[in-house]
Amino acid sequence: MTRRALPTLAAAVAVLAAAGCTASSADGAASPSTEQLTVFAAASLTDVLDAIDARFEAEHPGVTVVAAFAGSSDLASQIREGAPADVFLSADEAQMDTIADTLDGDPVLFATNTLTIAVPEGNPADVTGLADLADPSVVSVVCAPQVPCGAAAERLAALDGVTLAPASEEQNVTDVLGKVAAGQADAGLVYVTDVARASGIEAVPIDGADRVANRYPAAALADAADPDLAAAYVAFLAGDEARGILADAGFAAP
Amino acid sequence: MTGPRWLAPLAALGGLLVALPLVGLIARVPWSRFVALVTSEDALTALGLSLRTSLAATVLTVTLGVPLGFALRALTGALRGVVRALVLAPLVLPPVVGGLALLYAFGRRGLLGETVGGSLAFTTAAVVIAQTFVAMPFMVVSVESALAATTGRREAIAATLGASPTRVLARVTLPTLAPALATGAVLAFARALGEFGATLTFAGSLAGVTRTAPLDIYLLRETDPEAAAALSLVLVAVAIGVVALAYRPVRSAS
Repeated sequence: MTRRALPTLAAAVAVLAAAGCTASSADGAASPSTEQLTVFAAASLTDVLDAIDARFEAEHPGVTVVAAFAGSSDLASQIREGAPADVFLSADEAQMDTIADTLDGDPVLFATNTLTIAVPEGNPADVTGLADLADPSVVSVVCAPQVPCGAAAERLAALDGVTLAPASEEQNVTDVLGKVAAGQADAGLVYVTDVARASGIEAVPIDGADRVANRYPAAALADAADPDLAAAYVAFLAGDEARGILADAGFAAP
Repeated sequence: MTGPRWLAPLAALGGLLVALPLVGLIARVPWSRFVALVTSEDALTALGLSLRTSLAATVLTVTLGVPLGFALRALTGALRGVVRALVLAPLVLPPVVGGLALLYAFGRRGLLGETVGGSLAFTTAAVVIAQTFVAMPFMVVSVESALAATTGRREAIAATLGASPTRVLARVTLPTLAPALATGAVLAFARALGEFGATLTFAGSLAGVTRTAPLDIYLLRETDPEAAAALSLVLVAVAIGVVALAYRPVRSAS
C-alpha cells in the first residue's frame, strides 16, 4: 500500500515544484511592461465596474485592473487582515469607516443606490408597496440588519412606520435576489441596480425610496503598490465618464 | 508500519495545515468574554436550533439510511456502483449546489409543487431536510460496508430455526451492525451540525427558525468577529469530540 503510493506522491511533489518555478518566472517577466491595479469592490458594482475598468485601461495603457467582488463587509475585513488591495469601493460609508486607518487620503463619494421591491415575474402575490411586506401571508425576504442593504431596509421601513415580517434575513442582496428569482419568496428588498442586472425579476418601486440612499465611497489604500495610479483610479470613478456609465446601470450621482 | 523516514516532514506539513487554522481560531477567541458570548440569547437560540435540527436529521438518517444501505447491498453488478455513486453524491456536492437541487425539488416552484413547497419554504423542517440530505451518505456507507463484511451465515441459521425476516433483522443483523450504525449516526449528526450552504440556499436564515449556529457565525462576522470566533470554537470542540467518539470503536475493532 505504502510502496504503491510513493511514486504518485513523488510525482505530485515534482509537479508542485515545477508549477512553483513557472509561476515565479512568469511574474518576473511580466512586471516591467505592465502594471496591475487591484480593486476590491462591493458586489452590487459587479457588472458596471467591468465597463468602467475597460475605459480606465484604455486611458492608461499597460495598466490591468483586477477587480475582486464581494460583500463590502467581507472585503473590509479582508483588507483589515492585510489583503493586497490598492483601492476599495464600498457600498456604504460604515464599512469604509471600519478601515479608516488604512486609507491614503479621504474617501470620495461616487454613486448612490436606493432600495426597491423585487418580485418574481408576474408578481404572484400582487405586491404594491412596502406595506405589503408587513403582511405575513406575503413571503418576503430582506437582508439581515447587520449588512448594508438590511440596515437601509430597516431605516426605510421605520420612516414609513412599517414593521417588516420577513421569512428570512439573508446575508447579502444576491441571496435575496436568488430567493425571489426562484419563486421561493413573493417579495424581497434589494437595490434598484440589482433588479436591472437580474433576470426573472420585476421591480415594484417604493414611494420615497430616495429618503434612504446608500452612498458609495471609493478610497486608495495606504499600502497601494502604486499610490499615484490608485489615486488616478479614484479620481476617474468620480469623473463624468464613469458617472455616465454608473447612471446607465441605475446608480444615482452622490 | 511507519514508512520511510522522509515521509515525516511531509506528515508534519500536513499536520500543520490542519492544526494551524484551529490555532488561529483559538488565538482570536476573546477569552474574557467567552462565556458571555456563547451564552448570549442569540448564541443559545442558534445552538439550540442546531441541536434540535441535527438530532431530528440524525433520526431521519437512521430511519431512511439504514434501509437504503440494505437496498444498496441487495443490488448487484454495475447497478450497485451507479446507485452508490448517486446516493453518495451529496457528500461531495458543493453545498450551494445541494441547496439549489433541494430548491428545485422541494421549493415552491419545485417538482413537488406549490402545496408541499409552500408549506416547507423558510421553515425549520426545510433545515432538517437539508441536513438529512447531506448527512445520509455517512449512514448508507457505514451500513453497506458493514453488511459487506458479514457472511450471512448466522442469518441463514436463524431462518432455518424458524425466525421471520423481521426477527432475523432485529435479533441477528442489527446487533452485528451496531458499531457501524453508531459510527454512521455520530458522523451524520456531526455533518448535520456543520451544514451551512444547503441550509442558506434552501431554507433561509431567520433567528430561532432557520438560523442554525453556522449561519449565525457567518452573520456574526459582520458585527462582532470575536463573537464569531467564540461560537466557532464551540462547534469545533463538538466536531472534534464527535469524530473522536465515532472512530474509537472502529480502531479498537481492527
